[in-house]
Amino acid sequence: MKLKIEFSGGLELLFGNQKEYAVDVPCSEQLTVGKLLPWTRDQLLKDRPELFMKGDSVRPGILVLINDCDWELSGTLDAELQEGDKVLFISTLHGG
Amino acid sequence: MADVEQLRHENALLREELAKLRAQLATNARKADPGSAPAAAAAAAAAAALPSTHDNSSNGCAAQTVCSTCPIQADAASLQQQSEGAAAEQATASSSSNAHQALHGLSKAQVERYSRQLLLPSFGIAAQGRVCSSSVLIVGCGGLGSPAALYLAAAGVRKLGLVDHDVVELSNMHRQVSHSEQRLGMHKAASTAAAVAALNSSVAVDTHLQGLTPSNAVGIISQYDVVIDASDNAPTRYLINDACVACGVPLVSAAAVGTDGQLTVYNAGGNGPCYRCLFPECPAAANCSRCADAGVLGPVPGVMGVLQAVEAIKLVGGVGQPLAGKLLLYDALAGRFSSIKLRGKAPGCAACGEGGMTREGVAAFDYAAFTGGQTANDGPPVPLAVLPAKQRLTAAQAAQLLQAAAADGTAREDDLPQQQQQQQQQQRNEGAKALVLLDVRPPEQFAVMSLPGAVSVPYLQLEQRLPEVLALCGASSAAAQQHDAAAAAGSISNGTSNSSSSQRVVVLCRRGNHSQLAVQRLRQAGVPAVDVVGGYEAWAAEVDSAMPVL
Repeated sequence: MKLKIEFSGGLELLFGNQKEYAVDVPCSEQLTVGKLLPWTRDQLLKDRPELFMKGDSVRPGILVLINDCDWELSGTLDAELQEGDKVLFISTLHGG
Repeated sequence: MADVEQLRHENALLREELAKLRAQLATNARKADPGSAPAAAAAAAAAAALPSTHDNSSNGCAAQTVCSTCPIQADAASLQQQSEGAAAEQATASSSSNAHQALHGLSKAQVERYSRQLLLPSFGIAAQGRVCSSSVLIVGCGGLGSPAALYLAAAGVRKLGLVDHDVVELSNMHRQVSHSEQRLGMHKAASTAAAVAALNSSVAVDTHLQGLTPSNAVGIISQYDVVIDASDNAPTRYLINDACVACGVPLVSAAAVGTDGQLTVYNAGGNGPCYRCLFPECPAAANCSRCADAGVLGPVPGVMGVLQAVEAIKLVGGVGQPLAGKLLLYDALAGRFSSIKLRGKAPGCAACGEGGMTREGVAAFDYAAFTGGQTANDGPPVPLAVLPAKQRLTAAQAAQLLQAAAADGTAREDDLPQQQQQQQQQQRNEGAKALVLLDVRPPEQFAVMSLPGAVSVPYLQLEQRLPEVLALCGASSAAAQQHDAAAAAGSISNGTSNSSSSQRVVVLCRRGNHSQLAVQRLRQAGVPAVDVVGGYEAWAAEVDSAMPVL
């Protein structure tokens, strides 16, 4: 399934300083965000996996957005992705 | 008949006098001369002495024009306000402008200052009146708080609260625009207050120099209509959120680091989430980047702080749609804003859910523990202490070593004939130096300045470049692997020297933390490296005061 994966709020530093990726994720049936996370970690992450994931989900402080909508609105890990979707991972910032 | 001639003569003299006084008024008005108040009074008296040409018995004016456009009244009023301030200005206003004031409560000076906002169809006098009677609290007088405070003062809020326990430093000046060179070292809240006073002296300012704490948060926040979170650390952000929820005060929250900004409005009524609904668990300290480590592009917090002022003005003025339930993202490098739709309130949220934060709950909550030990400031993390003292040098000791190594080389060179000198140089070039100075700071920091002869191997690249580093240190990678394996099998202890290594290896970083981790790794690989306590910061403080401190 072809998707766009993007990183913001400093997360891109873990992914080779690249903010945008156009990917083709192998999947048999439906692709949920829950399945996309480990794939992203294994295929795209260059550095320190514990700064991206905790257990099966993203670590605290990361917000996942599907087509600019909070993933909580479509079931977080169970949210089903469609061809061409944009998944954006942002880290909450504290600086001021 | 003679009486009429007399009156006409006196009339002419008085008009001449009046003309002179008017000229003086005009000059004084331009200079805003406090001494002009008596002149204004004199002009008013002179005008009053003229024969009346239309009935102005209620205000004593004798001019020929209609009161609302009377230049004498206008001049007198504006001079009074310049010399005595806006409060006095109200008292000198004529009866006709009293009728206008009764409608919206704004003085003439206020109307003229905010005129461009009053002209705006989507804003107007009613909204301005609400702004002029509102109070806004700004927590943090740094990159976000500076522009927020300036624009809110300019907009004419009745009262601004400024919270910050920090003082103005040189490294603030590229982005914290409410401060000045002359106010370096001053408390930030006081410095921002000074900037506010210069921009709009009618704004009342309360400064809170002790910062926001669980014990004072509710007491302070409950006095304000809107809170702006312009802070720079996680514990304070959770504290502000909880206190705003407990007190029922809307919260305009923004953050900026690097070249990214984020902005949203919490607790503005409706079903919008609060900060804890989005992030019930605080990220680990390693995931909360500080401007002092990650860096920040000056105008980025500026953009977000100004947007915070806009949102606050909308909230107190009652105009537009607040950014509630939406998160605004700014990517400065791409020059792009995007808006994210957020979830609603989380049921059972520890702050805003049923049985959530009360005022007493906020005062009693341990924000340090909740955030994994983070402190309510953006200071550097507690220094690591992983190396024993005998594996560490002070900056002074390292400086001596460096000097000795350089002197050694030159002395030997000078004594030798030309050919041998060239051989020595070649040896040096091939890495057989007496001293290896390894700099494990990120490349951006190395590019600013480094010690002569320092070799840049950023800590994050150490593992990847270990064979190269070991070769530089004179240890072969084969021997190092043997050593590693032996160490893993427990047959030798870490840190014993590898006989093939003859170099002294000194590791340096910015503050002396990553250098310790690098030394640990090198010793594991058989290199008896040492590091410098306090890193480059200690060097600048103890050895070379001309060295810039990042």
